[in-house]
Amino acid sequence: MKKEIIISGFGGQGVLSMGKILAYSGLMEDKEVTWMPAYGPEQRGGTANVTVIVSDDKISSPILSTYDVAIVLNQPSLEKFEPKLKPGGILIYDGYGIINPPTRKDITVYRIDAMDKAAEMKNAKIFNMIVLGGFLKVCPIISNDGIEKALKKTLPERHHGLIPLNMQALEEGGKIIKQM
Amino acid sequence: MKAMADREVTLMKGNEAIARAAIRCGVDGYFGYPITPQSEVIETLALEKPWETTGMVVLQAESEVASINMLYGAAGAGKRAMTSSSSPGVALMQEGIAYMAGAELPGVIVNVQRGGPGLGTIQPSQSDYFQATRGGGNGDYYVIVLAPNSVQEMADFVDLAFELAFKYRIPAMILSDGVIGQMMEKVVLPPFKPRRTEEEIMKECPWATFGCIGGRKPNIITSLELQPEAMEAHNIHLQKKYDEIRRTEVRYETQQCDDADYIIVAFGSAARIAQKAIEIAREEGIKVGLFRPITLWPFPSEQVDAVARGKKGVLVAEINAGQMVEDVRLAINGKEPVEHFGRLGGIVPDPDEIVNALKTKLM
Repeated sequence: MKKEIIISGFGGQGVLSMGKILAYSGLMEDKEVTWMPAYGPEQRGGTANVTVIVSDDKISSPILSTYDVAIVLNQPSLEKFEPKLKPGGILIYDGYGIINPPTRKDITVYRIDAMDKAAEMKNAKIFNMIVLGGFLKVCPIISNDGIEKALKKTLPERHHGLIPLNMQALEEGGKIIKQM
Repeated sequence: MKAMADREVTLMKGNEAIARAAIRCGVDGYFGYPITPQSEVIETLALEKPWETTGMVVLQAESEVASINMLYGAAGAGKRAMTSSSSPGVALMQEGIAYMAGAELPGVIVNVQRGGPGLGTIQPSQSDYFQATRGGGNGDYYVIVLAPNSVQEMADFVDLAFELAFKYRIPAMILSDGVIGQMMEKVVLPPFKPRRTEEEIMKECPWATFGCIGGRKPNIITSLELQPEAMEAHNIHLQKKYDEIRRTEVRYETQQCDDADYIIVAFGSAARIAQKAIEIAREEGIKVGLFRPITLWPFPSEQVDAVARGKKGVLVAEINAGQMVEDVRLAINGKEPVEHFGRLGGIVPDPDEIVNALKTKLM
């Protein structure tokens, strides 16, 4: 198993931390992982993105030309990464952030209305966990157990009370993602 | 220090690995000034507070010029001292590095490169290859240059750099870049090694300035010598040392070179991207191998020449306008075609671009 994933959106949407949770979960499940952020001015109001690779074998390049999965949370990200998906790849987008939906026919497209769900759950901070839940539903490379372990590992202990809410967001994401 | 069991596999950025490895390798002092993309080195040290555990000094200097001169002072007393910066900051340090080379002082300098020239950009680059491998400051000197290509090597090379620096009384540089510094990967930190005691330093560094105990002759740390005859003798001594390092300290790695028609030569992050390019090329039936210099100085000249012999061509892939390619061409000396591919100014090439360069330049 090897999944080459790009997660992209506006700075502040939790793109980098979603990638971090995914990478830590991979570590918890004894997989090889790399997490490569686009750092710098791109994060100030523009597009933030991170490449995460989760693999059973050693990983060569953290920098990629094409991806298996693109999780895009705004229009510029969709325009940048839809063309870079491998044929047969998976594209996941949040309905709120996208005006012109993807057009490629050789990929599988999923929509997840995570922004709406987060508003319904009255917590904007769990937006990225809803998206992550949707992704893991359609591409189950990590178990929910692995995610929970990663949250325990990465969150400071004073925030461990938030883990159940995050796990609930993950579940909800799995429920609301739909193939287009 | 946070409890981190020995040999635990964990996930961290390359910059963080440098800092954590430094604490574990018995480093006495870190002197640095923040700059993107390496600020996590000093941030991690500030977070870990090693002065409370190992006694390691961590100091944010007023400038890079101050940092390197603090390194000079600490090294003169036989201490294991290091600094880190990114390209424009390392440019500022060159005078101090030349003084250390002249005074034969050991120390470790980490350069997490970004694009230049001048202040340039904060994105990754490998355009300080010339500066690192040709001394960088004034005079006939070299520093040992190690090029990590993973977070694991960022951690491992800290101790290696110190071992080499003290063995030869020479500054050693870890030449990394924004890709390796900023990415997170799995890493096993080096085993914990205590800082050397004053007695151990006196024994291992009889040249150091720890006080004229027992009325011995003063040790003088200087790079100044006004008698040209004495200065020439000192330079000849330095050159002999450099020759010995060239003979004994070359490090490199090869992958899939035996059956290859073409060889890609790449170091650091470019070598990782090249590995992926090789995977793609081999899927298309093009037999390519990788030659990765680990020491950039001393450069593995004989080794790259031997690997390239009889191949259809060599592509040197770098994140610069063509710097290491000069060393590869000198080594291969026209026997096989050598071409260069690079992206500039902070743009990192993707694997497809390297495959395309291989096809258009050599096939």
